[in-house]
Amino acid sequence: MKKVLSAAVAVIALAAGMSAAEAADKLKACWVYVGPHNDGGYSEGHDKGRLYAQEKLGDKIETTYVENVAEGPDAERAIERLARSGCKIIFTTSFGFMDPTIKVAAKFPDVKFEHATGFKTAPNVGTYNSRFYEGRYIQGQIAAKQSKAGVAGYIVSFPIPEVVMGIDAFMLGAQSVNPDFKVKIIWVNSWFDPAKEADAAKALFDQGVDIITQHTDSPAPLQIAQERGLHGFGQAHDMIQFAPKAQYTAIVDTWGPYYEKRINAVLDGTWKPEQSWDGLKDGIMQMAPYTNLPDDVVAMAKKTQADIESGAVHPFKGPIVKQDGTEVIPAGQNLDDGTLLGLNWYVKGIDDKLPQ
Amino acid sequence: MLESILLTVITAATPLIFAAIGELVAERSGVLNLGVEGMMAMGAVAGFAAAHVTGNPMIGVLAAIVAGVVMAALFGIVTLVFVANQVASGLALTLFGLGLSGLIGDSFVGIPGVSVPSLNIPGLTDLPIVGRVIFGLDPLTYLAIALTIGVSWFLFRTRGGLVLRAVGDSHGSAHTLGYDVIRVRFLAVLFGGACAGVGGAYLSLVYTPQWTEAMTAGRGWIALALVVFGTWLPLRVFIGAIVFGGVSILQLHAQAFGIGIPSQFLSALPYLTTIVVLVIISRNRVLVSTNTPAALGQSFVPDR
Repeated sequence: MKKVLSAAVAVIALAAGMSAAEAADKLKACWVYVGPHNDGGYSEGHDKGRLYAQEKLGDKIETTYVENVAEGPDAERAIERLARSGCKIIFTTSFGFMDPTIKVAAKFPDVKFEHATGFKTAPNVGTYNSRFYEGRYIQGQIAAKQSKAGVAGYIVSFPIPEVVMGIDAFMLGAQSVNPDFKVKIIWVNSWFDPAKEADAAKALFDQGVDIITQHTDSPAPLQIAQERGLHGFGQAHDMIQFAPKAQYTAIVDTWGPYYEKRINAVLDGTWKPEQSWDGLKDGIMQMAPYTNLPDDVVAMAKKTQADIESGAVHPFKGPIVKQDGTEVIPAGQNLDDGTLLGLNWYVKGIDDKLPQ
Repeated sequence: MLESILLTVITAATPLIFAAIGELVAERSGVLNLGVEGMMAMGAVAGFAAAHVTGNPMIGVLAAIVAGVVMAALFGIVTLVFVANQVASGLALTLFGLGLSGLIGDSFVGIPGVSVPSLNIPGLTDLPIVGRVIFGLDPLTYLAIALTIGVSWFLFRTRGGLVLRAVGDSHGSAHTLGYDVIRVRFLAVLFGGACAGVGGAYLSLVYTPQWTEAMTAGRGWIALALVVFGTWLPLRVFIGAIVFGGVSILQLHAQAFGIGIPSQFLSALPYLTTIVVLVIISRNRVLVSTNTPAALGQSFVPDR
């Protein structure tokens, strides 16, 4: 109870502090999260970025966020409320906020908007994304090396380009080690539902996969891997404390420096809408320490990571062949960013049927 | 694999059974408490926190019961003593519970939890197929089964149950006969809160031993629906929860097998199947109308 009271006092103090801050004319930067700010996964990654920017830019800015915003019409209300409350730059951090962001941006031409993982822009809307697929390619290689069954499980949220790109990159990585590698895919139609993600992990393990990876945001699947003595990869966040024996590595989102850069651009008036898409080499994402792996696999993963950073390896290097056998690009070419951002087909070797 | 699937189905159904049976008792007394989701969330965070601090998951379960009861008491005071609208108060309780649990749980995020160990009887638990399904579950699942049987017995085989149902069917008559309507309802609401609390703790201690905000993910609402589709009969509610859990798990297996049915349809399947099954077993209209608490959601003000 004491804790609740002190928390309540803290909230009031915070509110009082905020109104004082507004008077001092700070730039207000705002975030919209699809899950809780401390989900231990994707949204928490963005929140860490927010705190990083706050720390770096100190009293030049004030930051705030809205969490648990459902994708769709509800998001429009949440974004509009932030725009009305005086936010000068708003980061909308989930793919499903794309159309709502564009709509609200049209009503507030003086407010800058940045939408993560989407592809639509406007004079006051930029996009930003991280080349997560680079990390997934490395994970695919590790999975193919480590799996005794020769098949991995993949728990996914929604069939959007971002997610499909991840599956394809994972498989391309795996195939570079073992051309016959298989993957079993389960769509849970949610970004965050720990129990359902756990159930999906159990179903996959029951069907004989021994490594899982996920494009959903909770550490629950890794906990199941730990329980079963099997393995998996963390998502968006180093989840090692949930699965000290099960996690091989994780893609760790590191949005902070990007946020600092973009808010600075608003502060000095140089902000322009951009389509930013950085990767491992820019540090916008990092690989969590490689653990629970034999030395030769760690060496392979580190080499691939270095090669991706230097540009020697491109996960979507030709020849790229679709599931149905049609060749998209021949050897010697890399898939271009435009195609990647709209990716809606599986590469050859995936047996699942992509939901449309 | 069959054994493992059965275990997963039981795990998926258990939190629903707790929450739904608790709500059933409250509704049988004539109180509609839409705050199940909020009470579950509070149970989940209290259970996780107490288990984490003490290292004992059973103390976690007790803390979850207390948290659920406190939330339910709040609802009881507002709707039964101050006669506020039950629907609005219940919705408020859900929002309040989700928010408060997030606030309390802020410092517990990202910490692996303490889980409840499963039963292990040497010899019996090792039996093929049925061994773990019958003798190797966690203690809370046995409690859920006992709860269903106990509540069924209480409602239809005891005087107390008769009084509770009378209050839910016609508070005026019960009052005239000298029963303390408010007291009966208050106790029923508290019982519902305790059960929802355990249901929440099941999520944070057994299902996925972790705490994250909003981890109940709508299970309180499914429990509410199960009560209605199960026509306020404990056994049907139990069946409904198993069907829902079963189809949720089987659709995941169907996807992993790669049978090519759109995943959006498969995701909707648990809801569709549960409704269809419960509508079929509830097709006797007379029985349904006798089992529907006639005074459900109506406020009662004793005038003398």
